[in-house]
Amino acid sequence: METFGEAKLLIALRAGEPAAVRGFVLAHRGRMHAVAKRLLGSEEEAREIVQEAFLRAFQALEQFRGCSKLGTWLHRIVINEALMTIRGRKSRVVEHPIDDLLPRFYDDGHRIAPLPAWSEPADVLLLRDEVRAVVQRSIDELPASLRIVLVLRDIEGLDVKETAAMLEVTEGVVKTRLHRARQALRAMLEKELTR
Amino acid sequence: MNDTCRDTIASLDDYLERALPAAHHAVVAGHLRRCPYCTDYLQTYRATIRLCQAVADPAERSDGRDRPDALDEPARHLVEAILRKRSRPS
Repeated sequence: METFGEAKLLIALRAGEPAAVRGFVLAHRGRMHAVAKRLLGSEEEAREIVQEAFLRAFQALEQFRGCSKLGTWLHRIVINEALMTIRGRKSRVVEHPIDDLLPRFYDDGHRIAPLPAWSEPADVLLLRDEVRAVVQRSIDELPASLRIVLVLRDIEGLDVKETAAMLEVTEGVVKTRLHRARQALRAMLEKELTR
Repeated sequence: MNDTCRDTIASLDDYLERALPAAHHAVVAGHLRRCPYCTDYLQTYRATIRLCQAVADPAERSDGRDRPDALDEPARHLVEAILRKRSRPS
C-alpha cells in the first residue's frame, strides 16, 4: 500500500518536479548501485545498469500501481536489468566445480572429517569490518549461478518464488542452488574463521 | 529421510524455515541432538547466512534519509537525464 508520503512523492515524480527527482535519486542511487555491483561484479556495468533502471522506472511511472514502495519497485527493476545484462553476456564464464567445498560423507551417510568450530560466534564476527570484507570476497568467488541466487535471497531479501520468477527457473532449482551456495560459502569462511 | 548426517544437512534450509513435515522435522531435530558434528555444522551454516545478510552496508538498507545532501557527478547527470525525458513526453 502507498503511504501518504509515497503518494505525494509519486505525484511530484510524475510531474517531473526537479526537487522530487533529485531527492529520489539521492535516496536510492547508492543502494541500487551496490545491488547491481553485487550481481554484476563490475563497477562500470553497475553504473550503466543503475542509470538505465532509473530512466526505465521514470518512463514507467504512469504504470506504477503502488502495490509496493517506490524504492522496492526500483530495486526490482535494477535486479531485472542486471540479470538481463548477465544473460546477454557473450562470453560465458566457465564455472569452477564446488564439490570440494561441500561436506563429505561415508557410504553410510555420516560425516567425514569435520573442521573445528569458528573462532567466534557470528554476532561477534559481524562487528569486524575485515570479516565483512572476507564474506564479500568469498561471495564474489562463488560460481555465478550460485552467487546470484545467494545475493537475491540472502542479501536482497527476495523470496523463493520471486527469485525463481526473476531467474526463470523453478523454485526447486532456487532452493538447490541456495543450499549449495550457502554450503560452499560456509566452507570458504571456515578456512578464514576457524580457530 | 534417514537419520544420517547427509540427510540432516540436506534438510537444513527447510529445517531452519520450519518447512519440514512434522515427522521429518523430528528426525532432523533428534539427529542434531545426538550428533556434535551436525550441531556444529548447523551453527556455522546459520552464521554463514547471518554474515551474508550483513554484507550490505547498514546505510544501504535504509530508505536513504540519512544520505548526504549533495549529488555526486554521475547522480547529477542521471537527474538531468531523467528531467530531460520527463519534459519531453514520448
